[in-house]
Amino acid sequence: MIRFLIKGLIRDRSRSLFPVLTVMIGVMLTVVLQTWFRGVESEGVQIAASFDTGHVKIMSQAYADEYDQIPNDLAFIGVHDLMQDLKKDFPDMIWLPRIKFGGLIDIPDENGETRAQSSVMGFGVDLLSSDSPEKRILNLENAVVRGRLPEKRDEILLSDEMAQQLGVEIGETATLIGSTMYGSMATYNFTVVGTIRFGITAMDRGSMIADLSDIQTALDMDDAAGEILGLFPDLFFYDRRANGIKDQFNAAHQNPEDEFSPVMLTLKEQAGFGEMLDLIKSASNIGISIFVVVMSIVLWNAGLIGSIRRYGEIGVRLAVGENKNHLYRSMIIESLCIGFFGTVLGTAVGIAIAFYLQETGIDISSMMQDATMVMSDVMRARITPGSFVIGFVPGLLATLLGTSISGIGIYKRQTSRLMKELEV
Amino acid sequence: MNNSVIIKTKDLVKVYPMGQHDLVALDHVNLVFQKGEFAGVVGPSGSGKTTLLNIIGSLDTPSDGSAVVLDRNVETLSNKEAAKLRNQHIGFIFQTFNLFPVYSVFENVEFPLLLQRMSSAARKKAVYDSLEWVHLADRAKSKPAQLSGGQSQRVAIARAIVKKPEVVLADEPTANLDAENSHHIMKTMVQLNEELGTTFVFSTHDEKVMRYLRRKISLIDGKVAKDEVISKKRGKST
Ligand SMILES: Nc1ncnc2c1ncn2[C@@H]1O[C@H](COP(=O)(O)OP(=O)(O)OP(=O)(O)O)[C@@H](O)[C@H]1O
Ligand SMILES: [Mg+2]
Repeated sequence: MIRFLIKGLIRDRSRSLFPVLTVMIGVMLTVVLQTWFRGVESEGVQIAASFDTGHVKIMSQAYADEYDQIPNDLAFIGVHDLMQDLKKDFPDMIWLPRIKFGGLIDIPDENGETRAQSSVMGFGVDLLSSDSPEKRILNLENAVVRGRLPEKRDEILLSDEMAQQLGVEIGETATLIGSTMYGSMATYNFTVVGTIRFGITAMDRGSMIADLSDIQTALDMDDAAGEILGLFPDLFFYDRRANGIKDQFNAAHQNPEDEFSPVMLTLKEQAGFGEMLDLIKSASNIGISIFVVVMSIVLWNAGLIGSIRRYGEIGVRLAVGENKNHLYRSMIIESLCIGFFGTVLGTAVGIAIAFYLQETGIDISSMMQDATMVMSDVMRARITPGSFVIGFVPGLLATLLGTSISGIGIYKRQTSRLMKELEV
Repeated sequence: MNNSVIIKTKDLVKVYPMGQHDLVALDHVNLVFQKGEFAGVVGPSGSGKTTLLNIIGSLDTPSDGSAVVLDRNVETLSNKEAAKLRNQHIGFIFQTFNLFPVYSVFENVEFPLLLQRMSSAARKKAVYDSLEWVHLADRAKSKPAQLSGGQSQRVAIARAIVKKPEVVLADEPTANLDAENSHHIMKTMVQLNEELGTTFVFSTHDEKVMRYLRRKISLIDGKVAKDEVISKKRGKST
């Protein structure tokens, strides 16, 4: 009997191939959409992590408490040793010491008088070490609008918008006026070698990027840094792993007595980011849910129609003496098989596409005439454990539900009615 | 009840609710069929022939009265019992042959046996025996789409008789066939009736079929208008 049913299933393409294809396509779309949403989601997180929070971040206790003021006077000293420790204890992570600072940028004329001036938000990051990952993390190559990246000491990048306002040309001198770690005024001359635009409003308004060691010199912050960012090598955020690293680090380094001792915070613990993360997550969850519901309705209906189409065959089977329970069960098993194969195939294809999107991405910069979104010019997907199971909701559950419900018609209808369906 | 009575209806009523007034498809039908009969229910379209056969075949239930088939009261049978009755004792033949299109002739005829526990060797023998009856053993591997209408109906007959049922119910079996095929089909059924003793109940308004009937029951508006015995060669009628 089972062999008989399987034979029928395989021979009748409208009962096997087409439903499997339908389920497969539906599941595939669901999986791709899910991974794409997760990709967009983690790209938002990635931008925040790369520019600001890291996946974890080390600051001094005191610096963290007054983070809003960028209190470089509270930065911790001994970056070199701490970096050695970090690389030893957490060799898989990317560790990035940075100094954030506020100040004025002054563009002098040929007489040394102020030609233009603007307040600036600065970042001292490691640009000059050959193995520094910062260029990649900040996507600097792509962000350059004019000029080039710094190659030697005392060279800086300015945001393109600000450079235009200041009327500063590549190769001109720019003087940073700020305050040292110890509160006295600092001035330092840099050469502007490039202008940049990230497509992130906060970064593009008025920022400068300089090499970390230059800033340490300029602000008298020898071997000091405001913060050390830690990032997972694939640049995806893993909440639990981040917490593990945090706990391990804090247990070893934190000293509540000493407000200059380093403390580690995860991305989620930093002001506002936990909420932001949850918001993005729930937004994409809603998007995914809506799609899953829509896809479920589609496949539910496919299951429904598939069985209604077969009332004739069902009528004959009943007339020949098959019992209703047996028939109902065989329909359910059939739709289970179809749902299962369709879902597995759809998930496989969907994951394959998502994998391509995750690893390579689709470059959409050419589609965007005004390439302001440098960080997002590649559309990426992200495969999560959920990607492997999400397809089963529309693929298996909905298909099964459609068949079960339409199958109830077998019970509801008089057998003679089912027979009528085939007399047309 | 007489031992040779195979089907008996008593004040059988079938009412279809149709909005305001109900539609009475069968109106107090009292009929008795003996084992081995070759009987036809005739009547104009809508007179209730199909309804009667469906109730006898336990595909449908009466609204009132009773139908006893092989000592079983069809209105009290569970789904499972009704299925068993159909599978083991009743063969159906339809106007539109209703073969399974994706299965071969052999597999179509084999289907009722798959529902019974039967070894594959026994199944094979039974299928070929019944295909011999309808002279289609050589087409066992064909698909229904490759058969003519007459051949398709013969496959349907083979499917109905493969399990050696006591009763074959045939609802307008020749309506879709030409004269030659109709005669051929009827002759096959007469032969089965005579050699296997299978009881046949037809519904028809085909004159060609009437010539073969040994009992003719006329239904009009759900009532038995006439019940005449045409030949007493085999089986007795009331
Ligand atoms: N499921 C149903 N619901 C409502 N009315 C029905 C149903 N089935 C049959 N009828 C009605 O019952 C009456 C008898 O129908 P039936 O099919 O038994 O007639 P018939 O004698 O077989 O006709 P035909 O020769 O056209 O096949 C008809 O008036 C038909 O419209
Ligand atoms: Mg009819």
